[in-house]
Amino acid sequence: MSWFYPIMSTPFLSALLVPLLYKRFNSRIHTGWFILLVPLTIFCHLLSYVRMIAFRKTFNLTLPWIPSYGINLTVNIDGLSFIFGLIIAGMGFLVVLYSIYYMSRHKEALDNFYIYLLLFMGSMLGLVFVDNILVLYLFWELTSISSFLLIAFWFERQNSRAAAGKSLLITIFGGLSMLAGFLLLHIITDTYSIGAMMSQAEMIRSHSLFIPAMILILIGAFTKSAQFPFSIWLPAAMEAPTPVSAYLHSATMVKAGIYLVARFTIIFGGTSEWFWLVSGAGLITLLYGSISAVKQTDLKTLLAYSTISQLGLIMTLLGLGSAALYFDSIQEGAIYAIATFAAIFHMLNHSTFKGCLFMVVGIIDYELGTRDIKRLGGLFHLMPISFLLTLAGSLAMAGFPPFNGFLSKELFFAALLNAAQMPIFNMPYWGTILAFLAWFASVLTFVYCLTILLKTFMGRARGHKLKKKPREASMGMLISPFILAALVIGIFFYHQVFSQYLLIPAGEAVLPTLSGSMHIEVKAWHGFSTELLMTLGVIAAGILLYITMSQWLRIYNYYPMGLTLNSLYELFMEKLEGGSLAITKGFMTGSVRHYLLYILTFIILVMGAAMLLLKGISFDSSQDAVVSFYELALLLGMIATAVTVLLAGARLTAVIAVGALGFLVVFFFVLFRAPDLALTQLVVETVTTVLFLLCFYHLPQLRKESIPIGSKAVNAVVSVGVGMIMAVVALSANGLRSFAPISSYYENAYVLAGAKNIVNAILVDFRGFDTMLEILVLTLAGLGVYTLIKLRWAGGKEDEAA
Amino acid sequence: MSIVVGILFAIGTYLILSKTLLRIILGTSIIGHGVNLLILTMGGLKKGGPPIIGLNTQYFTDPLPQALILTAIVINFATTALLLVLSYRAYAVVGTDNVEQLRGLEDE
Repeated sequence: MSWFYPIMSTPFLSALLVPLLYKRFNSRIHTGWFILLVPLTIFCHLLSYVRMIAFRKTFNLTLPWIPSYGINLTVNIDGLSFIFGLIIAGMGFLVVLYSIYYMSRHKEALDNFYIYLLLFMGSMLGLVFVDNILVLYLFWELTSISSFLLIAFWFERQNSRAAAGKSLLITIFGGLSMLAGFLLLHIITDTYSIGAMMSQAEMIRSHSLFIPAMILILIGAFTKSAQFPFSIWLPAAMEAPTPVSAYLHSATMVKAGIYLVARFTIIFGGTSEWFWLVSGAGLITLLYGSISAVKQTDLKTLLAYSTISQLGLIMTLLGLGSAALYFDSIQEGAIYAIATFAAIFHMLNHSTFKGCLFMVVGIIDYELGTRDIKRLGGLFHLMPISFLLTLAGSLAMAGFPPFNGFLSKELFFAALLNAAQMPIFNMPYWGTILAFLAWFASVLTFVYCLTILLKTFMGRARGHKLKKKPREASMGMLISPFILAALVIGIFFYHQVFSQYLLIPAGEAVLPTLSGSMHIEVKAWHGFSTELLMTLGVIAAGILLYITMSQWLRIYNYYPMGLTLNSLYELFMEKLEGGSLAITKGFMTGSVRHYLLYILTFIILVMGAAMLLLKGISFDSSQDAVVSFYELALLLGMIATAVTVLLAGARLTAVIAVGALGFLVVFFFVLFRAPDLALTQLVVETVTTVLFLLCFYHLPQLRKESIPIGSKAVNAVVSVGVGMIMAVVALSANGLRSFAPISSYYENAYVLAGAKNIVNAILVDFRGFDTMLEILVLTLAGLGVYTLIKLRWAGGKEDEAA
Repeated sequence: MSIVVGILFAIGTYLILSKTLLRIILGTSIIGHGVNLLILTMGGLKKGGPPIIGLNTQYFTDPLPQALILTAIVINFATTALLLVLSYRAYAVVGTDNVEQLRGLEDE
């Protein structure tokens, strides 16, 4: 038990070691051999739980992480997370083994590849085992990121980069929406633990935030599991190396959405919204995937679309199965729970047969340099083992005995037929249509499975069109798909073992209310039932459609290219980029004046609004001193000089007016009993004026500015606004005194600092550091002035220097 | 007094918004005066003795704003001087004192 955390963190820890191993050993040993140990360890460790899981024991372990926020690394090992964990580790092992032969250690950046792969493995395992929704979200996004990195593994290809970006955008969008859903759930239940939420399921379903939370979480699940219309990233993701496609994009990561839906069924299930959203989206995806798959000519893309359709199938089953929670009586519920069972069963089967198919396609691509079925054919004699493996994989997918896909397909039909008779959720009206659509999608599935098998391996050999001479792959490469193909057949014959130890515990984890009552009869032969007839129908119609394919495939040409999801996505991205560029260009004009205007307008708005809203404006003149004649004269003088600066036509006038203004301020300081200020200002003003006069000799004459009247008016309005705001601030500051001035403290200057001049004491003693830094500023400015003047001689004009 | 502060700010802002470098510098200088007066005003314009101990006055004017302004004056001087020389340099190198024409030079 206590080994769980160390073992689950091995992917992350060993990812740190990969660069070392790669550097040290790559010249002799393929790095993959080291990595192989990681999934193997995890797999063996997980297997030690089998017995306990089969007896419906679940585990909860907690490792505090951020306890003050209630975020802990709590893990929950039950039937559902267990089967996912096994698939992740098991497929991980096979994929790494396969990659050792697929990825050349001389050409590829293996260290990157395995770091990404381990990162993915670790986060995917974390995703299925954690109980805390925020940690789950963390792992969820980590899988998105590692998927992004793996898709862009051959980043020098434009297509890879575009595909990686697309998948990242879509899955992160879904992840964020899922996070929002999680936070809503947290608001409803005040907990981050999925386990604790399950016990509050009744309360959640009656809450007003139920629907938004559900939809947001479903968007997350649908984007990850490539459900329609978020599916477009998956075919694009086929740019990744084939081991990655087999691992992430068929067996594990795309199942994360399935996991999420299964996990939350207990919370959201039993409502008609959940039922229809999940099974509806699933069914549409199933149809869309199989319709699109039939017309593909690239084997990997074909497999990607078939993955989409199979994911849709699993999603449909999960949706149908959630109806079981509607019923109070266990007997009634158990009838529909067969769908949930079938979903998990098919998920397991899909991982095996699709993994096998991907690996074989990888082999074909590797050996022949193409995976375009138009250029393939007749490989049967050349690659007999690959052919047998493809046979197992594609017939399993088509639902043909004796392969595991047959069993889960039968269960799928059984679940559909059960659902068609369901008395709730409008099913009496829709049930038959659902069943028919699903049947039709299965026919198409059959068609494309035949395509994979026959177009590649049968028919005329077209060796002359290939770059390489076709031959069977090396043994090492064939091991992994061979194990998977063996599983495909093994599950068919030993399905009781699998259901007892894996599938039924997982099903009961999804629907815990039905604990102990799930007695699913999985039989290869149960007489001439409707399910069997449906399967026979699929086979018959499938063969018919396959033979007549060249006739009806033209229908696809009628669909306008502009309306495909991909082109809509590209249009959207283009408009988005163009739009934001236009907006940015609209205000980032590069003109300092505009930026200043934004800042000033903002000041006016914020200050004005704040003062209005907080009632900060006050004109209390009772404390003001009486304005004397001198003061009035000075004030008027200041206004006059300032206005002169504004209107001055000649630079000399302006400079002198500013100087005059400065000296008037000096007088002001005298009037208000500030001798130090007056002295300083006097000196500074004199120096400034002299400096002005020195410099202006070199500066050009003030010209009449040719500003259009409009922007002049804007300038004026903004300036007046700023002025008014400042005046109001000054007035209000006088009127509002919220506390006594702190100056009285400084009046003890003589005692505290031994100085009689309080202002001086403040500057050099109480706030000595301020003054020091002020001197620093002055020094820097002086240096700057000096440098700038000196630079003139050293700068661009060499002749002047001479 | 507050109104004068407002007017100084308004004129300073207007000058800053113009295109000529010299005007902009003058504008900052005027705003500097405005700030000084604003601080002084905020400290309260009550009249008392200068804040020097031992002058036998009843009470002092507030010394704190004065200290702040003293700092401000010096800093203001430093920035004005720097700006002035900078604009002079800019004119010497680029040959214009128009802000609008100065922009986009970083592309070169």
